[in-house]
Amino acid sequence: METNEIQKKIQELQSLAEKSNVNIDSDIKRLSEKLGEGARMTPADLWKKIQLARHSDRPTTLEIIATITESFMELHGDRYYGDDAAMVGGVGLLEGRPVTFIGHQKGRNMKENIRRNYGWAHPEGYRKALRLAKQAEKFGRPVVTFIDTAGAYPGIASEERGISEAIARNLKEFAMLRTPVLCFIIGEGGSGGAIGIAVGNEVFMLENSFYTVISPEGCASILLRDPSKAPEAASQLKLLPSDLLAFGIVDGIIREPDGGAHIDHVVTAANIKAQILDSLKRLETKTGEQLARERMAKFMSMGRFVEEGGPKSNFFQRLFSITRKS
Amino acid sequence: MASFQHLLDRLFLKKQAVQRTTPDTDERRLVAQKHSCPSCHEPLEVGELEANLFCCPKCQHHYRITAAERIKTLVDPESFVEFGEEIDSVNPIGFPGYEGKLSEARNSSGPGDSVTNGIALIDGRKVILSIMNFKFMGGSMGSVAGEKLTRALLTGLEKRLPVVLFTTSGGMRMQEGIFSLMQMAKTSAAIAQLEMAQIPLFIVLTDPTYGGVTASFAMLGDVILAEPGAAIGFAGPRVIESTIRQKLPEGFQKSEFQLAKGFVDAIVPRTELKKTLGFLIDTHSNNLRVR
Repeated sequence: METNEIQKKIQELQSLAEKSNVNIDSDIKRLSEKLGEGARMTPADLWKKIQLARHSDRPTTLEIIATITESFMELHGDRYYGDDAAMVGGVGLLEGRPVTFIGHQKGRNMKENIRRNYGWAHPEGYRKALRLAKQAEKFGRPVVTFIDTAGAYPGIASEERGISEAIARNLKEFAMLRTPVLCFIIGEGGSGGAIGIAVGNEVFMLENSFYTVISPEGCASILLRDPSKAPEAASQLKLLPSDLLAFGIVDGIIREPDGGAHIDHVVTAANIKAQILDSLKRLETKTGEQLARERMAKFMSMGRFVEEGGPKSNFFQRLFSITRKS
Repeated sequence: MASFQHLLDRLFLKKQAVQRTTPDTDERRLVAQKHSCPSCHEPLEVGELEANLFCCPKCQHHYRITAAERIKTLVDPESFVEFGEEIDSVNPIGFPGYEGKLSEARNSSGPGDSVTNGIALIDGRKVILSIMNFKFMGGSMGSVAGEKLTRALLTGLEKRLPVVLFTTSGGMRMQEGIFSLMQMAKTSAAIAQLEMAQIPLFIVLTDPTYGGVTASFAMLGDVILAEPGAAIGFAGPRVIESTIRQKLPEGFQKSEFQLAKGFVDAIVPRTELKKTLGFLIDTHSNNLRVR
């Protein structure tokens, strides 16, 4: 696929522009559009990518952590209700530096999947994630999250214990964290359950992952009135990494081995590790306040609309100068 | 997450005879004519409802109301000044048929998408008000709704005024794909800014509030109120039933359920809302007065 070449070109252009201080936004925009085109494959081809993202042998959060860290200790429980096996986290050493890892955890077999609820987390999972993120902030560690879920669990217990409140609180609190936060969509990025741990300074997607507001099946059954039209819905939802990069929603795409991440877990994990180290080098020079402010500004500028009488940036600039004062 | 919204949305827009099983589908038209309350079946006279703020005088069933009706029943007369109405939707991911849906919604419920912003007086107290409108595509939140809510919040920050948000939504607008999902993070980040500046935020949950709206700003108020009998949840009842393959208990996800489970501060009837909000604004404004 030529997508990677185009991405490389965009990156080259961007670094060139930074160095020489010229405005090449229009070129980048044109290239980005082309990138979207590249993703406009047939629904059948696209569906193969969705199946790769859901592949049962795909590296999971704990496997990736075990591969990239020198040592790791899992920390359990949300301190309010229990421990959710669909969401894992803990502290590890990455090239000698302490890092907090958090992520959805799917099972490798039926038995483990039942224990881990197929990666569908309950409120206690999101509350554990927040506890560990706040702990990282307190002790000056960066946070790295791995997103791999079809969604937050839609069940009675989940509603009773406040899945909405748990996700909402994470969105607000992750935005405010005074430590670097990096997020990786490693497989399925399913809706609210995904974004509940995906508010980061930089967000990356693995080459064969997807990130969407609703599952292709859900969208197909509601809008196309036929769940079997999921491949068609998937292509309409624009949920591939190349789409999201072109939209400016994610910051980069992590290469997978030919054939998909499940072919070679070690190579996949190494590519993720390289990105973590590269991002941390950049982010660790910033103050906690700067990181929080930039993260908030990043998400607050997301959305596409038209406005009469001037661009929206004026409004945000005005407000950010105010918040800086207070 | 967006599914419940779109089922309701379809019921609303198409008004197909076969789908008119949900009482709420008919409610909007019932208000203007003599009818029986869909809840207690007592006969109601024309005008009786409006005089009682669109609540059944017998059983207090709360009818769904539009943003315009909310303004009329809540704020001091002629005090509401709208802002942010100049923003409009585009089709950010080129979703087939979205433009058509939008113009259909604009024709039936007017411009402004699913959120109306303004500055107003509630019982003499100045507030920033943001009201969702379920009639516009099921109150779904896309880029415009997210931006308008964010602007309401940031205007409160800028002017150091309390912010009151009325929610009613089926969830995120799936036609805007990932952009709509990001509105959850966007509105929550705006609330983080308010929190740091100690600006009070009051949420009033109204029927129905679901999906990404509940799982973001709707659960982040300093005080969260709910109207009686409102359906409030993350996943829609049909999604849950199909996942767990069993019927949901009576009253599941209603305001009273959310109060019992600890997720709302109080259930406030519409007739008491003005007084309650006034009290809350007074008791939360110490930091605003000193500056």
